[in-house]
Amino acid sequence: MTDLSLQSGARPVDWTSDQAGLRVRKRKAAETRLKLVGLSAIAVAFAMLGLLLWSLVSTGWQAFRQTHVTIEVTYAQEFITPGNLARSNYRGLLEATMLELVPGATDGRRVAAILSNGAQFAVRDRIVADPSLLGRTATLRVPVSDPYDQLWKGLIDRTTPEQNRRLKNDEIAAFDALVAKGLVSSPFNWALLGNADSRFPEQAGLKGALWGSFYALLTCFLLAFPIGIGAAIYLEEFAPKNRVSDFIEVNINNLAAVPSVVFGLLALAVFLGWFGMGRSIPFVGGLTLALMTLPTIIIATRAALKAVPPSIREAALGVGASRQQVVFHHVLPLAMPGILTGTIIGLAQALGETAPLLLIGMNAFVTAAPGTPFDPSTALPTQIFIWADSPERGFVSRTSAAILVLLGFLVMMNALAIYLRNRFERRW
Amino acid sequence: MTDLRIVERTVENHANKITARGVQVHYGDKHALKDVDVDILDKTVTAFIGPSGCGKSTFLRCLNRMNDTVATARVKGDIRIDGVDIYDRRVDPVQLRAKVGMVFQKPNPFPKSIYDNVAYGPKIHGLTRNKAEMDAVVETSLRKAALWNEVKDRLQDSGTSLSGGQQQRLCIARAVATSPEVLLMDEPCSALDPIATAQVEELIDDLRSQFSVVIVTHSMQQAARVSQRTAFFHLGHLVEYGETGNIFTNPRDPRTESYITGRIG
Amino acid sequence: MTVIAFVLLFSAACLGYVLNLSAARSLRAGGARLHSLGSFHGGFAALLVLVPTFLFVVLWLVFQAPVIDRMTMAALPPGTLDGLETGAVQLILAEIKSIAGGRIFGTPELWKLAAADHLTGLRALSANLMVGLTAALALVLLVIARRTVAPDFRARQGTEGIIKGLMIFCSTVAIFTTIGIIASLVFETMRFFQMVPWHEFLFGTTWEPQMPIRADQIAATGAFGWLPVFLGTLVITVVALVFAVPVGLLSAIYLNEFASPGFRRIAKPVLEILAGVPTVVYGFFAVLTIAPALRSFGEMTGLPIAPNTAMAAGLVMGVMLIPFISSFADDALSAVPRTLRDGALALGATRAETVMNVLFPAAIPGIVGGVLLAVSRAIGETMIVVMAAGLIAKMTVNPLDSVTTVTVQIVTLLIGDTSFDSPKTLAAFALGFMLFVVTLGINVLALGIVRKYREVYD
Repeated sequence: MTDLSLQSGARPVDWTSDQAGLRVRKRKAAETRLKLVGLSAIAVAFAMLGLLLWSLVSTGWQAFRQTHVTIEVTYAQEFITPGNLARSNYRGLLEATMLELVPGATDGRRVAAILSNGAQFAVRDRIVADPSLLGRTATLRVPVSDPYDQLWKGLIDRTTPEQNRRLKNDEIAAFDALVAKGLVSSPFNWALLGNADSRFPEQAGLKGALWGSFYALLTCFLLAFPIGIGAAIYLEEFAPKNRVSDFIEVNINNLAAVPSVVFGLLALAVFLGWFGMGRSIPFVGGLTLALMTLPTIIIATRAALKAVPPSIREAALGVGASRQQVVFHHVLPLAMPGILTGTIIGLAQALGETAPLLLIGMNAFVTAAPGTPFDPSTALPTQIFIWADSPERGFVSRTSAAILVLLGFLVMMNALAIYLRNRFERRW
Repeated sequence: MTDLRIVERTVENHANKITARGVQVHYGDKHALKDVDVDILDKTVTAFIGPSGCGKSTFLRCLNRMNDTVATARVKGDIRIDGVDIYDRRVDPVQLRAKVGMVFQKPNPFPKSIYDNVAYGPKIHGLTRNKAEMDAVVETSLRKAALWNEVKDRLQDSGTSLSGGQQQRLCIARAVATSPEVLLMDEPCSALDPIATAQVEELIDDLRSQFSVVIVTHSMQQAARVSQRTAFFHLGHLVEYGETGNIFTNPRDPRTESYITGRIG
Repeated sequence: MTVIAFVLLFSAACLGYVLNLSAARSLRAGGARLHSLGSFHGGFAALLVLVPTFLFVVLWLVFQAPVIDRMTMAALPPGTLDGLETGAVQLILAEIKSIAGGRIFGTPELWKLAAADHLTGLRALSANLMVGLTAALALVLLVIARRTVAPDFRARQGTEGIIKGLMIFCSTVAIFTTIGIIASLVFETMRFFQMVPWHEFLFGTTWEPQMPIRADQIAATGAFGWLPVFLGTLVITVVALVFAVPVGLLSAIYLNEFASPGFRRIAKPVLEILAGVPTVVYGFFAVLTIAPALRSFGEMTGLPIAPNTAMAAGLVMGVMLIPFISSFADDALSAVPRTLRDGALALGATRAETVMNVLFPAAIPGIVGGVLLAVSRAIGETMIVVMAAGLIAKMTVNPLDSVTTVTVQIVTLLIGDTSFDSPKTLAAFALGFMLFVVTLGINVLALGIVRKYREVYD
């Protein structure tokens, strides 16, 4: 860096000399360098964000479509037991259907593997709903299994040598035959939102995780919001300034910085170990998240209460309002937008929190959405973790899609918080 | 300071409303008020004057126990209103403050409607039984504060939408609405322009017929204009207390004289 | 039944409100001058009924399950559980519970069926008892509350007293949480140290927690030394900081000093987005994009980059920390008084010289505090490393190698079924305890530095 101190000697400085000009140019160059370095640091940060979003979108967008095959199923007597529609030989029925569809196919099991494992249940459900179909034909659009889904989306390279490829030549040929007949389509993947988890990527969906996260966040909100506001009001408006309130304050600040996994350990030892609550329960997850969110809400609420000018408090006290009336009639309503903003941001953090939920077992494999907050389930972030760990190729894009769904919720929550802040927050 | 306009006033012999004896106030380590004895008369405007930090506002806030809300403040001594010790354990500061209204330095209307501002006090104290009674209270209070004619058509507008002078009169109406017996005013005109100040001063003179008014002011002209009795505070001491005319024309204490002639303060 | 209990207690509270309110109103209509408004009399009754009854129901719900379990197991035919491990006992309990829930697998022994019946009976009894006692308690409180209504009863003070008590309780929740954390960590860690000597844990250099699964190897020597795990944590933390600190600081300097207001208005929120991305997303990003990129880079250059290299997790963690560091640095730079900046500029210093020679040194304490908080975050960060770092503990400081971290081990040891008596599970709590102590120490230090620094300029 250039020397800042002016020369103290008696020698006068010639500011017009070449030397002086050179010095100034050098210093300006140093400034430009710093600017450039700073700008490139920001560019690096932006690039990382861009890369993150790009890799999620580029892998995830395809999971929003699912390849389907339209098949005509004839509910022939040989497969269907009329008295026991629920347990008939639908697998055999599908094999027969597919043998008919694919010219030259001999191995029914092999061609039926084009269809998702769930196809037999779709076929079953159709006839259970309408038993008069027995002996007649119905048209169904069923999802294909994961490898064929990948093939249709162009993720399997046909030029790879056959032994290294997941689909052999005859399998590709059979699928191409279906394509040639115009039976293959890829509509929006409603199953991604409407189904619960499954071992088969083409059937796996986020319904269970969404409900699990909803119940956990609901529990978290119902506990953390009133408790947080109560604590903040007490500490900000009523607590005498002494060692006890100092201690509580330090405690809350430190709690806000405790690693989330430690809260998971707490939940595991206390809620599951000592109180005997169940594993994988959204209610317990919400309880844990509430403890983590509490410091955020308390700190935000105290800031919002502090921002209400003391003149309002004096005015209310002056007409004889009690201190609680001052707070509940005047200060709290004025602070509410700030409190809600802080709460929503806290809940958004809680929605993305994973580690504590893993420790209380919310990474269980549950194939049904929870009906109450006390049924085992996953949550959105733990579902992402499970899918990211799954070996099937189809789960990669589903993980990205699930992340996009999660980010979508986070964006909505933060947008709501920003809206509340801009719309209702009062400047004094 | 020869142009002080001393209004012609008839000092009637009103009864003592407030009696204070040996009042001491500490804020933490700071001894803010030292041994103040004062008798404030009913139906009279009493002005507290003195340089900044002399304790006049502190004393005013003792009279409705607003100092209770400052954690570090300790009040000692004996303050009685109508013979009742207001620092007695059995006295509820909340009810005391309904009886001793207060108007603050800066207009501080609640960010609610004009109506709700005035109705708030009667509501929390349960002074009215129905809407009609409440309407009547609001109207009388606004009339007393000389604001009714300006706002009667827009009672649902926000109190903060009024001008500064109107806001301060709204605050006076709010204080009057609980039918207080004493009205404390802490530099009520310091945030107002001259015209609004004149309106508020006129109002204060009107209010005298119903309340005992205590006003803290920085402006000696104002004290001279509105008050019948004046107390001069200096460095936490009550230096001199008496009829306003006497204080301004014939101060007994040299400190009072220096202050009103502009040498200290 | 639980729903009935809650409905009961809330309706009792409402009833109390209405009863006392109308009693107060009729007193007032009779000409009495009431100390408090009628709604306070009502509110007092509602709270007086609600708070104790609610507490009662919650406590009952919390404690009924463990008590019923214990009673069921105690009622088993004597000798059934002799010589069984706790894990096996838990299995039996789980089976009895599932039989009671109507899910019968195979043909269970008769005593299990009997125990299931017993369990069902106990549960029904508990539910009935809870509702009955709730009703009785609510009734008693209603009567007590109704009796308080009198002209000079200070219902406002009573109501506000209860509310204040509730608020005090709320503010102690944070303390109870801290106590809960410390108690559970210390308690389980002590049990761990009964199986593995504490000096082996603290100073051991081998971490092989999977070994003691076999009964004859419980507490095998040297298997639970936490040093390599902690070293791995440090390696990843250092990688993250080496990336995040310069990027974060330089961004802050640019935004604070050189950026136009418009650019700043856009760039700051965009940087904040990086802070709002859930860590599980960063973890997936590391696995999906960064790790393969590093691997192919390794293949290109011939560097020995391990598949789960610490670089991948560290880099991504660095990305996560950028906004954290930059916002702290931004705050610290903005907090430097204007006079210092003006003084330097008035001497003819360029903006760059002002920042580097005047503002930056003055902001150092705040920045150091921020960086320390970032360190504590990096040490405690879980999902990124769980997904992107390795599982095997090695005594290495090579960031290209695969390392494991404290949080990875905690999660790996506790995912799946956990029983609270194997050293494997308890080791996770010991690691958690160390993690808590280390991060708490760093946080306290950082907050202390930040606070001290603020005082200087305030």
